[in-house]
Amino acid sequence: MHDATLKTLSDALAARKLSSVEATELFLGRIRTLNGRYNCFITVDEDRSLAQAKEADAARAAGRAEPLTGIPIAQKDIFCAKGWLTTCASKMLSNFVSPYDAHVVERFNRAGAVIIGKTNMDEFAMGSSNETSWYGPVRNPWDTDRVPGGSSGGSAAALAARLVPAATGTDTGGSIRQPCALTGTCGLKPTYGLVSRYGMIAFASSLDQGGPMARTAEDLALMLNTMVGFDLRDSTSLDRPVEDYMSDLQQSVRGLRIGLPREFFAEGLQPDVAKVVEAAVAQYKALGCKITEVALPNMGLSVPVYYVLAPAEASSNLARFDGVRYGYRTPQYRDLNEMYEKTRAEGFGAEVKRRILIGTYVLSHGYYDAYYIRAQKVRRLIAEDFARAFEKCDVIMGPTSPTTAFKLGEKAADPLQMYLSDIYTIAVNLAGLPGMSIPCGFDTQGLPVGLQIIGNYFREAQMLNVAHQYQLATDWHSRVPPHI
Amino acid sequence: MKWETVIGLEVHAQLNTRSKIFSGASTAFGAPPNTHASAVDIALPGTLPVLNRAAVEKAIRFGLSVGSRVNSRSIFARKNYFYPDLPKGYQISQYETPVVQGGSVTIVVGDAEKTVRLTRAHLEEDAGKSLHEDFHGETGIDLNRAGTPLLEIVSEPDMRSAAEAVAYAKALHGLVRWIDICDGNMQEGSFRCDANVSVRPAGSDKLGTRCEIKNLNSFRFLERAIDFEVRRQIELIEDGGSVLQETRLYDPDRDETRPMRSKEDAHDYRYFPDPDLLPLEVSEPWLAEIQADLPELPQTKRERFVSVYGLRAYDAVVLTTSPEISAYFETAADGAPGPVAKLCANWITGTLSARLNEEGIDIIDSRVGPRQLRGLVERIADGTISNKIARDVFDAIWSGEAQGEQAADAIIRARGLTQISDSGALEKIVDEVIAANAQQVEDYRGGKEKAVNSLVGQVMKATRGKANPQQVNEILRRKVIARG
Amino acid sequence: MALIRDDVKRAARLARIAVNEAEADEVLEQLVRIFGMIEDMRAVDVAAVEPMAHAQNLALRLRDDVITESDQRELFQSVAPRVENGLYLVPKVIE
Repeated sequence: MHDATLKTLSDALAARKLSSVEATELFLGRIRTLNGRYNCFITVDEDRSLAQAKEADAARAAGRAEPLTGIPIAQKDIFCAKGWLTTCASKMLSNFVSPYDAHVVERFNRAGAVIIGKTNMDEFAMGSSNETSWYGPVRNPWDTDRVPGGSSGGSAAALAARLVPAATGTDTGGSIRQPCALTGTCGLKPTYGLVSRYGMIAFASSLDQGGPMARTAEDLALMLNTMVGFDLRDSTSLDRPVEDYMSDLQQSVRGLRIGLPREFFAEGLQPDVAKVVEAAVAQYKALGCKITEVALPNMGLSVPVYYVLAPAEASSNLARFDGVRYGYRTPQYRDLNEMYEKTRAEGFGAEVKRRILIGTYVLSHGYYDAYYIRAQKVRRLIAEDFARAFEKCDVIMGPTSPTTAFKLGEKAADPLQMYLSDIYTIAVNLAGLPGMSIPCGFDTQGLPVGLQIIGNYFREAQMLNVAHQYQLATDWHSRVPPHI
Repeated sequence: MKWETVIGLEVHAQLNTRSKIFSGASTAFGAPPNTHASAVDIALPGTLPVLNRAAVEKAIRFGLSVGSRVNSRSIFARKNYFYPDLPKGYQISQYETPVVQGGSVTIVVGDAEKTVRLTRAHLEEDAGKSLHEDFHGETGIDLNRAGTPLLEIVSEPDMRSAAEAVAYAKALHGLVRWIDICDGNMQEGSFRCDANVSVRPAGSDKLGTRCEIKNLNSFRFLERAIDFEVRRQIELIEDGGSVLQETRLYDPDRDETRPMRSKEDAHDYRYFPDPDLLPLEVSEPWLAEIQADLPELPQTKRERFVSVYGLRAYDAVVLTTSPEISAYFETAADGAPGPVAKLCANWITGTLSARLNEEGIDIIDSRVGPRQLRGLVERIADGTISNKIARDVFDAIWSGEAQGEQAADAIIRARGLTQISDSGALEKIVDEVIAANAQQVEDYRGGKEKAVNSLVGQVMKATRGKANPQQVNEILRRKVIARG
Repeated sequence: MALIRDDVKRAARLARIAVNEAEADEVLEQLVRIFGMIEDMRAVDVAAVEPMAHAQNLALRLRDDVITESDQRELFQSVAPRVENGLYLVPKVIE
């Protein structure tokens, strides 16, 4: 049962073959036994989860059930959930019990889903390996000496280890897609503005976007139906007609035009990853898709642009963590300035501090035009590249990550190497486009490889259809890590 | 050496919206600390700003009232700095592109008119308050005020004296209340001034180094702070020193300005566009709607008062300092011929204002209504009563001796105050006075003009004030000369 | 633009993060490499390009002027480091 998809669980709940309390107890039991091995969760609160499960069962008994009613779902610890410790994997928020719910959490609660726990992540979502968490690294269920990717590494690893059927993530430069690729799971970063950022602790506001993580495209569609929704409290939230993301899943992909950017298959790509991705493309060809080459000439600049814009926004977003109204405050200080400087020096980890310093520097007097404005201009060039590419194709495909899961500590000492592991994902955030990753095979060491699917704005339903059709024809998504 | 003072003002007017600029918390003054500080106002992680339409409308009302350009597209930026009353670690403000640019305000100093040009007016959020007393050497932070909408109105350095600065501040103060965008309550901090002051040798067109004096919350402090600062700067330069560009505070107890200690850090606010807020767009129809809703402006009214009623420029200024006083005047003077209207103006700016001041009540609550004043003034104009008697009648109406529009007539009748207009009766009294005051008559003949005043006084006394002093004067002169 | 240790210390001061000399040196070394990568942006001509601040080219949505929030001081201050009489306490602020 723990290997069941969200859809299967939903059907079982609807058929009364299973209660929410039973499902919740099942996954809580697995977490109790296995979390020590993977460190996927920062907070588990069995009583709270079971109380929600009982409510869900009562709602179903009263005839008020929706597809997600009673389903245990893990929340990335970046989403504020009322009454739950919400840490963003930082010492800074290690004592922060959120007094309110994020919009995403509200929507899952309203749908009757059960919060099964808060998942580990890179501190403030800054990282690609889950090693920057104050709560320790998450281990990849495919090989516990390896990282699960990041920043949504706890959610991805929990899915791979079958500790949960579904989880939330957030993606600023690849933080949903890259860990999904490295753990053999599925994740989707929606078009910027579809999922409200209210209550999602901000990293880089113009890039952050919440999204679903699960083991099948169908499950992602189910979750997206709940996660997407207009929210007045987020000025960048889009007011659009409600879509049913399940509706297009069964359509044929015959005639679909798939664009392959040559820049995705250039230097730096692990050769066996390239082979696996090419095989996936061949599979699509077999399904009747047309393959065409497209160009994203400025994509190589996405990492430099990102490492100006994201730290700049972060340096400002993280200024509120000052030890005054919530969170950590250093125990000893002589005056206000020392209180600030020690609180922030002790409360933030090395990577967060590094990015705050980069951001502070690029915004400071005399550098703003040279860095910040220039980066925003190149950002536009990158977005325009995509617009041109989508004139020639319906979806773009390529690898999600240049490598499969790397060893713990392998890149931790070299921030630059770490940053380059998001080279294929960052451009999508800069353009605000939707992107997803689904498993498409294994490298020579048996580590999962992710296929990235990038759609045009608001084409999530089409992307889910494309992924679902692949998953009907293949079984990479249902492969289970050894020892699970 | 002769020096010229150069002053520019930055005025912060709190906009009188019900809710805050970026949150739905109340802006009401005087609530218990932090009870009007919402999740957004205390900058809980994950919270986001949403702009209040009324704040924008009020800013536009201002722009349209001073002939500014209202930008069709303006940008909110983040001004980054750490201060405990600034919860986010940045203030949301408009920087490069404000909503209102240019425009001017006409001031009257003495009888001279002068135009003060405006640089810009932009929207921003207020900070909270730091309370320094009673916390055992610590500072208490109240965030009720945090997020109150402010319109920062920046002038060009067009003022040349403290008196001009005060006249400008008063004109703005009158205007913002006139167009109902700010309650103007200076004690509560709803209208605060910062003054940029510099001096230069008379005739020079190069600006001297300026000092900014912060948070002047009364017109008297504004005047005294500028006077002190000008003296300080001139003395400094004349003693061979030079002015240091700095921020200073005015201490009313010592009547001096001194440098602010906390701002010693060279500031680098790292402004950048707030990624949480999209560009603010103001459409033509919206602008037209706001324009249509504006009342007749003080400047227009002032010009009308001068041309229609023949008022002096100064009286027209006084009668347009608030909508209430001008409404009072217009009700009183409605349809009146010039002389009557002028008398109304004199009475309002003189006797009535003095009485209102004495009793500390607003003109709207005046115990002599505008139509009652008109009734009184008409009796002066038609010679029924003298100015002196009119003052008694005014007092009688004030104390409620008679009601209604005809109150003055009722009191004149009841008290028998009608002026003696029977010249026969008056001549008889004059004859008696001449006969009884031979010495004064002699003096007057001898060329002592003043002696006639004493004689008039005697006649007035004998008639218990009911004679027309001008008529008495005439009769006296005629008779004394005739005798000679 | 060669980054020096004073740049790091200045940024740290602006960001209110205490760094000692050794930390500043270590961060400097990393930042020099990161900025080396960032300099790649200079390869393209952006003279005629408009900066892109947001993913969507949309105008700001405005909120009606209504009070929607009620007093939650007790709840909010339950997670505050130091409060007294409803106020957040900080070391003495000097004006």
